[in-house]
Amino acid sequence: MSADRELDGLRASVREWVEANFPASLRDAREQERFFQSMPMYPTGADWDLWKARLIEKRWTAPGWPAEFGGGGYGPSASGAIAMALVQAGAFNPVAGNGTTMLGPTLLEFGTRDQQERHLPPIVRGEIVWCQGFSEPNAGSDLASLSTRAVEDGGDFIVSGQKMWTSDAHHAHWCFCLVRTDPSRKHAGISFLLIDMASPGIAVRPIRTIAGNSHFCEVFFNDVRVSKENLVGKLGDGWMIAKRLLQFERDPTLRPRRQFVGDARPLDQIARDYIGCSEDGRLADAALRDRIARNMIDAEALRLLQTRMTGDGATGAGATDAISVAKNARAAIQQEREELLLEIMGYRGLGEAGAEFDDVELETTRAFLWNKAMTIFSGSTEIQNNIIAKRILHLPTA
Amino acid sequence: MHEELAILRDSVAAWVDSGGGVRMLRAVRDRRDLPGFDPAIFAVMAELGWAGVLVAEEFGGSGLGFRGMGVLLEELGRHLVPAPLIGSAVAAASALDWSGRPPVKHRWLPGIAEGSAIAALAVDEGARHTPERIALRAERTGSRFAVSGTKVFVLDGMAADVFVVAARTDGSPDALFGVTLFAIPASAAGLGRAPIRLIDSRGYATLSLENVRLTEDDVVGEVDGGRALLDQVLDAARAAVAAEMLGLAVQAFDATLDYLRVRVQFGKPIGAFQALQHRAATMFGRILLTRCLVEDALDALDSDPATAGARVSAAKSAAGDLVNLVTREMVQLHGGIAMTEEHDAGLYLKRARVLEATLGSAAYHRERFAALCGF
Repeated sequence: MSADRELDGLRASVREWVEANFPASLRDAREQERFFQSMPMYPTGADWDLWKARLIEKRWTAPGWPAEFGGGGYGPSASGAIAMALVQAGAFNPVAGNGTTMLGPTLLEFGTRDQQERHLPPIVRGEIVWCQGFSEPNAGSDLASLSTRAVEDGGDFIVSGQKMWTSDAHHAHWCFCLVRTDPSRKHAGISFLLIDMASPGIAVRPIRTIAGNSHFCEVFFNDVRVSKENLVGKLGDGWMIAKRLLQFERDPTLRPRRQFVGDARPLDQIARDYIGCSEDGRLADAALRDRIARNMIDAEALRLLQTRMTGDGATGAGATDAISVAKNARAAIQQEREELLLEIMGYRGLGEAGAEFDDVELETTRAFLWNKAMTIFSGSTEIQNNIIAKRILHLPTA
Repeated sequence: MHEELAILRDSVAAWVDSGGGVRMLRAVRDRRDLPGFDPAIFAVMAELGWAGVLVAEEFGGSGLGFRGMGVLLEELGRHLVPAPLIGSAVAAASALDWSGRPPVKHRWLPGIAEGSAIAALAVDEGARHTPERIALRAERTGSRFAVSGTKVFVLDGMAADVFVVAARTDGSPDALFGVTLFAIPASAAGLGRAPIRLIDSRGYATLSLENVRLTEDDVVGEVDGGRALLDQVLDAARAAVAAEMLGLAVQAFDATLDYLRVRVQFGKPIGAFQALQHRAATMFGRILLTRCLVEDALDALDSDPATAGARVSAAKSAAGDLVNLVTREMVQLHGGIAMTEEHDAGLYLKRARVLEATLGSAAYHRERFAALCGF
């Protein structure tokens, strides 16, 4: 109870501090949109710089990391509370990205002292953008079948192969990469390597998506030389480290930032605008009312689950048990929301481009298309169900 | 509080286990002379204080609140243990507690808390839960009332010593104003009851009232202004039903998982087939998420019952959907054995459907959730 009160106090102080320090100009919805659109890069401008500098100085860009690397030194529930409170106060973490959500926690657990000192502070300061070199053309759901080779050569590895669906690789300075160091063993032949994207022999090609953007890339490695000091863990530890990292990636509580663009208002408000109300003041379409209510209830259940996952309280299931459930639920609820939006908006939710449609409508349509990736990336819904069945429910394997 | 709840959970689970689990329901079902539960077993439960979980200590209860009641009902629900708790220890106890009327409270609450009196909630008048419409009339003359009409689907109605009845004292059946709650003794002249046998083998009744004479002392809450209290009492009972459904789902799922592990076909346990694994994974996720909503609804009732409506409807609809899914899957994944009387799957299926219909279906509660959210 007193721990709860402490967290409430912390949340209140975050709110107060945001009130005093978050630049007014960045509260504008269009400015916030710029931030989400520009990710993983950060928008330019005096207020943008000011906000970033203030949050870094406050040590809240990575509140859960040790102070020696520029973090806040908070425990898991306090750092989760800070991250959530920032968003709830209308602000956002300017450096949130693969570095803070995935690589940082991984290096803290598996990295050498040198690797931590070299890579963590630039992440905290938002100087370095990281991309994740996992999937390959022939290693999607069966990720462990990856074939990008890293061959030892004195103090270096020589890396050759191709990565696929690498988000933001065209902006990234560094890549954390799964490479095959032993072709004779499937899982135990994989190692975890940090690769400077400026190295000779790397070529990046953006992939145009159904949503019209180019967030995903193909990355080609052609005899790229990588020093052995960039190996995380031991040779062959890659799969074990990746499994842990994927838990960080799938944990929605580690990324409490807005996940979608487009019309972000509650569904019932949007429906009211497009459909209207009957005389009793209720949404005119009873069938849609039912589906909207269901989606809102599902979202509320997920919110409650995530709150439990950030706290140290009892869930009835361990917090890691809940990660795959929350990942699937978040994707399904978001996609259902977008399907509902398209139905609510009629042809106005189907615009490709043009002045006929306002920006929010076009964004909503693109978000609908883009978020079809949610049930595929970071381990598809089916892969999560495999994980739940095998690791949590312990159903037989053969 | 967490610790108290954990202790309660363990002790209820141990008691249910020592009593034979689902066998308790089978025994009640096979003895036609019982009113849908075994009074001797309920006496033991009352002895353990379970009828007084919601009741304040000054009235003989333990004051563990809705979260405590939720734990109790969840654990009993896991093994379908029949007990007249939801109508009596939850609905009627809450109605009396919130009524602000000392006469009815002192007359009935101590007995309910110690389990010597059983109360039942009588609201429904038609085939489907529609509490917005109360037609049963209570004609007022000065400080006296004469009640006539019919109530159906009254949970534990055959065993009840007293009924908390929603009546119309003014206006048309659909009017918001003009609803009054009464505590009517089962022994009142003009009150008749007949058993309704539902598939879950509990004791339901149809209540007929013909010119039943009451006084102001029988009123629960405000005369004519009982709508808000009725909604609150219904929410208390709905959250309790949701807690029981959560327990039912947990056990139906666990039993199904066990079967997936041991049933061998095509030379391997059927739980090794991915098509079935994914159905199990889906159920696991739904249980985890629904638990959040159910416990949140119980918390809402503990902190402010007047504003708990939307959270209770969210929980009741989600729990209804959950037991519907899990019991269908329980039957399907067990295959033919689930069709036998000897297997428990049918008992879970039957209880689930009755609980889904009790105090509003999932669709009813989504519609109510929408209304309470302003759309």
